[in-house]
This record gives sequence, C-alpha cells and structure tokens, in this order.
Amino acid sequence: MAVRRLYPDQPATFDFTPENLAWAEEVIKRYPAGKQASAVIPLLWRAQEQHDNWLPEPAIRYVADMLDMAYIRVYEIATFYTMFQLAPVGKKAHVQLCGTTPCMLRGSEALKEVCKRRIHHDPHHLSKDGNFSWEEVECLGSCANAPMVQIFKDTYEDLTPELLEKVLDGFASGNPPKPGSQIGRQASAPLGGPTTLKEKV
Amino acid sequence: MAKKLIIDGTEIEVEDGITLLQACEQAGIEVPRFCYHERLSIAGNCRMCLVEVVGMPKPQASCALGVNDLPPNRDGTPKVINTRSPMVKKAREGVMEFLLINHPLDCPICDQGGECDLQDQAMAFGKGGTRYVENKRAVDEKYLGPLIKTMMTRCIQCTRCVRFMTEVAGVEELGAIGRGEDMEITTYLEQGMMSELSANVVDLCPVGALTHRPWAFNARPWEMRKTESIDVMDALGAAIRVDTRGREVMRILPRNNDAVNEEWITDKTRHVADGLRTQRLDHAYVRRNGRLEPATWTEALDLVAKKLTGTAPERIGAIAGDLCGAEEMFALKSLLAARGVANLDCRQDGAKLDPALGRASYLFNSAIESIEKADAILLVGTNPRLESAVLNGRIRKRWRHGGVSIGLVGAPADLTYGADHLGTSPDTLIEIAEGKSAFSGILRQAQHPMVIVGMGAAARPDGAAVLALAARIARDAMAGKDAGWNAFNVLHTAASRVGGLDLGFVPGKGGLDVPGMMAAANEGRLDVLYLLGADEIDMNRLGKAFVIYQGSHGDAGAHRADVILPGATYTEKDATYVNLEGRAQMTAKAAFAPGEAREDWTILRQLSAVMGATLPFDDMRQLRAQMFKAAPTLAALDSVSPAAASGVERLAERTGKIEDTPFTSPIRDFYMTNPIARASAVMAELSIIKAGSGRIRAAAE
Repeated sequence: MAVRRLYPDQPATFDFTPENLAWAEEVIKRYPAGKQASAVIPLLWRAQEQHDNWLPEPAIRYVADMLDMAYIRVYEIATFYTMFQLAPVGKKAHVQLCGTTPCMLRGSEALKEVCKRRIHHDPHHLSKDGNFSWEEVECLGSCANAPMVQIFKDTYEDLTPELLEKVLDGFASGNPPKPGSQIGRQASAPLGGPTTLKEKV
Repeated sequence: MAKKLIIDGTEIEVEDGITLLQACEQAGIEVPRFCYHERLSIAGNCRMCLVEVVGMPKPQASCALGVNDLPPNRDGTPKVINTRSPMVKKAREGVMEFLLINHPLDCPICDQGGECDLQDQAMAFGKGGTRYVENKRAVDEKYLGPLIKTMMTRCIQCTRCVRFMTEVAGVEELGAIGRGEDMEITTYLEQGMMSELSANVVDLCPVGALTHRPWAFNARPWEMRKTESIDVMDALGAAIRVDTRGREVMRILPRNNDAVNEEWITDKTRHVADGLRTQRLDHAYVRRNGRLEPATWTEALDLVAKKLTGTAPERIGAIAGDLCGAEEMFALKSLLAARGVANLDCRQDGAKLDPALGRASYLFNSAIESIEKADAILLVGTNPRLESAVLNGRIRKRWRHGGVSIGLVGAPADLTYGADHLGTSPDTLIEIAEGKSAFSGILRQAQHPMVIVGMGAAARPDGAAVLALAARIARDAMAGKDAGWNAFNVLHTAASRVGGLDLGFVPGKGGLDVPGMMAAANEGRLDVLYLLGADEIDMNRLGKAFVIYQGSHGDAGAHRADVILPGATYTEKDATYVNLEGRAQMTAKAAFAPGEAREDWTILRQLSAVMGATLPFDDMRQLRAQMFKAAPTLAALDSVSPAAASGVERLAERTGKIEDTPFTSPIRDFYMTNPIARASAVMAELSIIKAGSGRIRAAAE
C-alpha cells in the first residue's frame, strides 16, 4: 500500500444532487442529536458514487460542513479507508482484484497480468482511454469462488485470465456480464452439480 | 475504595479509578512512555509502557489499563505487577526496536537532541543495535505554520500533538491521515495552525518531529543556563523557564504550575524571546534641538532631577506601564510621593478599578484553579482567548467535563467552547442583574457561579458603573451559598496591574488618572510626565509636556520622550509581579540588560540621590522590606490569600450612568500587545498571518 494523497486536479465545487441531499438528510436523522458525525462514512460513500466513483476534495469539505465536523476529521477518515478512491478511477470499470491467499492459490497472479496488460502497468492508474483502472485489494469474502474481482458493487467469480478478458470486454462494450460465477455454477454450490441431496427423499 | 497491588514486590494501596501506569508512579517506579500524557486523553498506541500483570499471558499497556480492571487473585491476594521482569525487558526492547525501525538516526543534526524522550529511552530500555536492514520510511515534509519546524520522518505517531490541539487548544486543525506505516500527522491541506497555544505541541513531541522553527539550529539544551521565572505577557503569571547562553535569551519554555498555567504557555510568551534582543534601549538619550541624542547617565539624570525638582508637584504626572515590576513602581511612587505628586496611575487603559474598595474589587477572586469547580460562568466584555489564552484553556477544560453554562456578554468571538452569546452591550447585563434574563436563573441556581469581567468592560468611560453592575450580579449569585466562594472576577490584561493596585499606584487626593493626565498635558496644565514603561497611551496627545521615558524598548514612549532612561526587561531583573488572582511571584534575572541599561529600581534610587531626596533603601532587600510593609500581600510569594468579600459588596453598592455602547475587547492584535512583542520579528510574522488569513477554515473555502 502506498501513501494516499489527494488528486492534484480537483473540481472547484461539490454538491449533492437533490435526491442525494434528501437521502443524506434521512441518514443523518438516524443518529441521535449531537451524533451526526456518525453519518460520515455513508455520506462520503454516496459522494463518491455521485462523483464518478472517486472522492474529490470539495466533497470532503462539503460533508464536513454538513455534519458540523472539522475538515481534518473527515480528511482523516477519507484517507484511512481505502474504499474511498482519492483519484479518478475508470469510467466504465474499476477492477478490484483480490490478491489474498485463497485467490492467489487459485491463480489471481495471472489475473493481475491481464489487468497490467489491458489496463495499466501500475494499479490506481487510468487506462489510455480513461475507461478502466485496477487495484489489488485484500479478501472480499468470495473465497469459495476464487479467484475473483469486484467491479463497483458486483463481484465476478471463478475467473480465469480468459474469463476476466471476457468480463472486461463486456464492460468495454457496455454490456457487463451477469455478476457472480462466470462458469455457470449456482452461487458457491459444488462445481459440476450437487454432491449431496441429489434426489428428494 | 482503595485497591491493593503488589508492584515489583512492594505492596501498595492505590485509589480507585486510576490507571496502572499512575499506580506504578505512585509506587515510585518509572514506566517509559511516549503517547501517554497526564493532561491529555489516553491513546495507548506507542506500547512503550508495557508491564507484566501476573496471570495475564501477554504484557499489558499500563497507561490504558485501569486498576479497577484487575480483580484480585482467586485466593484474595493482591494482583502482582512486574515492571522489571525479563518479559517486560523483552517487550520494551521489542517496542523500541519497532519504533526505531523507521526513525532516522540523525540525532547529531536534530534540535531535539539532548532533550529527546526517544533518545533517552532508547538508551535506557532499548537494545544496543538494530537488526533492521531494509530501507527506512521517509515522510513528506509538512507545513504547520511559522512556529513549528517539522521533520515528519522522525515522527513516531504518538498523536500527542493531535490530542493537544483538539482537547486543550480547542482548534481541530491537526490530524493523522492515512493508516499503518503510511500514517502522517498534518493539518487540512497543510494550512498551518492558528491557535494562541499551538507551540505547546513542540514540548509535547517526544521526538524531534516538531521543533521550534524560530530557534532552529541555534543552541543545544546542555549549553544553556536555565532560570526559572514568571511570564509577563499577560496577567496570568505563567511559570516559565528562561534559557540563556552567554547574555542572550535563547528560548523560553513553560514550567509546571498546576495552580496557574498547568504546563502550557501561549505562543507570545514563548516566542517573544527574539523581541528581547531587538529595539533595545542600551543608552541614555536626551532630546536636544528636537533630536534624541545619546547622553551619559549623569547628563540624563541631572536633567530629569532638574525637571522633577523645579516643577510644581501638581504639574507632574507618572504613568506605570503593563510590564513593570512591583519594585520599580514602589520606588517611583515613594520618590514622587516625597515630592507631593498625586498624579500617579498604573491603569494605562483607563480601567476604572479602585483599590480603595478593597482587594476583592479588582482580583480574579475565584482563583484560576477553581474554574474547574464552576458550574456557571458569565463573561462580561472579555475575550479570554485573546486576553489570557491559557486561562481560556482552563475554561475549555471545565466545559469539556460538562455541566457548566457559559454566557458571553460582549463582542461575539470563537472562544473554543460553547458559550451562549447573550448580548453585546450593557443592556443585556442590566437584564441579567434585574433577573429578566434566563441566565439570571442559571447563576442563581449554580453552586459555584463565576462572573468574569474583562478590561473591555472596565476600561470605558462608564467602566465604574459597569463594574458595579457586574459586582451586583456576582453578589446576588453568591447569596446564600458557600461562604468561601467569591464569584466576582476581574480578568486583567497587564502583568503589572494587580501589583500596581496593591501598591496603590493610583491618583492620590486630588490627583489625575491617565485620561486626566493626558488631557492636562494636552492643555498645558501638566509639564512633566514620567512614563515607567508606558507605551500604550496616545503619545500624540501629550501637548508640550516634558516626557521622561524609563523602559527597555524603543517603542511609542521612547519616540515621544525628551529623556530616555534605559531599563531592564522581565528576564533581566528580579522583580515581583502579582498575577490576576493576587498571587505574588518573582521573576529571576536570567541575563544582563544590554549596554548601559540597568535594573529599573536602581535607576530610580540613583535619581532620588541626584534630586537630593534619597530613597531610604540601598539594596533590593531593604526595598522589598519597605514594599512589603506598604503592601503585605506581596510578601506571600506563590500563594493566594482570599480577599475579603466586602470589597465586592462595596463595589456593588456604587451606582452610575451606563451608556449603551457595545463592549469591545481591549486586544485588537494578540501578538502586538506590548513593547517586547512589538519588537519581535516572530510576533510580527504571526500578526501578519493572522490578519491576512483570519480563521484557517474560512481561508480554505
């Protein structure tokens, strides 16, 4: 993990859309009076979603003002959690590639090569067209379907280099594949069909 | 309920609720630590304070473990704590080795060298060498303002500075960004810190990550002579240590005094040190043909003596400034009283405080330490953050504990705590006095109410009536409560003020006060004006009066003067100062005054001899003996004796017309309040930054 810094080229302002603002006010109401600061992570997360999946500096101040927090406190949170992207990510897909032990044993290193070749040699860098970026992350909890990647909110599992290429092709053409296992198994059910409870008894 | 523990083989009884580290300290055992600090919240992140609790499998962080969390052993015997066992030794060595992994070994070029906790503890508790062969981490430099030099690679992330700024200074500007190995201490977008207390983080920093920028690479701690003294930048009388090398004051650091400043001092107190060197009056001057020309002491004193003896007493006046010690005020008063001069005043700002009413009418009667007991505080015409920043920190400390209502009548200000702004003018005060305001009820119900009146209320034409009104509010709030509690508090801004009032350096019978003297001088009714370090009056309104200026710096007074007698600053003389709560304290001579400048009382003693009215003392001891006879409270050094509450009663009975003009704070520029601060380049830089940026938060938008 490298030192995370704010992106040098920041937008001038940030404001929630009216829908997001209404939603944020609802979220803040969930917490008792004087404890609005508890809403900081959901609000930052929503700000990131609204802003092409990365968190600009004005949004940090916007959320801080909204929750009556010091800027530095929100800045601390935004830099602490790696789920907050401080620099632009791919417009079509930001690939979060799991590199933890189960995925690594099942071939995530080969998937990383695909990302390096197709997107950018280094993580957290945009591809030439600006549509893709990738990073290696820790366990995302789909070990039974290793190796896997997460793109925005969905996971794509049981990958091979070829299947990952296909997934990326899907995102590039605007027709993302169905999330979940890419080899057709149901959730994390045994590969090749059920091994127990094969018939009704 | 006391609790028994066996620490290193000695059984001790400790009070409930303290931490294991405090228990070890009570047992007289030193536990190394970096992040733990008595006056800050507990973080528990440096792990240096690990001790062995027998029965627990792992070493425990003693700073974060309460003794209440240690039940006795099953057979009822007390818990056994070891701080010198092999397990503890190994744990400390391990922690130290980890801390030193990323800490550069640049002690020879580090300003903290010689007074560095990490250095000392690495020697005491660390291993001899390192097994680490990888590259060390390097951290980008940060900008934390003109006072704090950073070398963040040295930072060990104890977060003391972050906790200080958030908890004590009340300015949430410092934080820790990133995580793990990449954690860094910084301000939001590196804007620098703007707090009157910011430089205290340098004292707190256990390593050389934060050092004093103005003194960078100037001196090593072991080559400086350390003199314990008292600060005079405000009326708090903070305990300081003056470090000198040769005859130069290199730096000023805080000392611990729980009753006054705990262990904090303001940036002005600390970094005014360079002002002690510049703009100094090191020679006597006499104005000839409109120009100030150097003169000998004999010439200057002869001229002054001629003026003072050859002028009718009612045409002579004397004003004592804000930095004067009690000794020179006493000497000047004795000298002029012998001439029959009644025009004396030590209240440059025109504060309508009257010592004739009794000490309680001008003291901070509740005492600084008792702020922590207060449950209702009414601030009148004051901005304590500017007028006494450390005392403001004490109010903030009280506020953080909860259960206190704070009301402010005066100019709205960010005081770093939640104060209800009740109004800006005396009208609001009248409402409170008449019981028409909600705050009247709060004061009445409070067990320990405090009314704090600032110079913004006392130093106005109707100041006497405003003070009386505030005294009435305090008296009514005290009615029927703890007899030992006095709710009436005056927040002074001048270090010399209480001492001057104690000595009665105020107009005698038929005498003129400062505005009176200035008007008289302007109209030609006053011929000679003796300014004892007085620079904060309007020098353009002194008419044709012959002005004698005795002081240390070439400031407003010296520019207007006809004769300049060069004096000493507070670091160059043994002088008594009485702080706002009436605590007499003594400064100590840390260095000699430059050039021909002399200690102030000796100048006055010699002047009296030239005048042929020799003052009856030949040394400091005799002077003090007589001064203590005149003002016995000055003799009780470092202690506060409560003033009789009748002073407040007498003040409360006074009446007068109150104008409805809003209160203003007497301090427009925190960094420029006295001649020494105005001579300091560091203070000038801070003043410019403060004026330019306003609040940091506003600047970011």
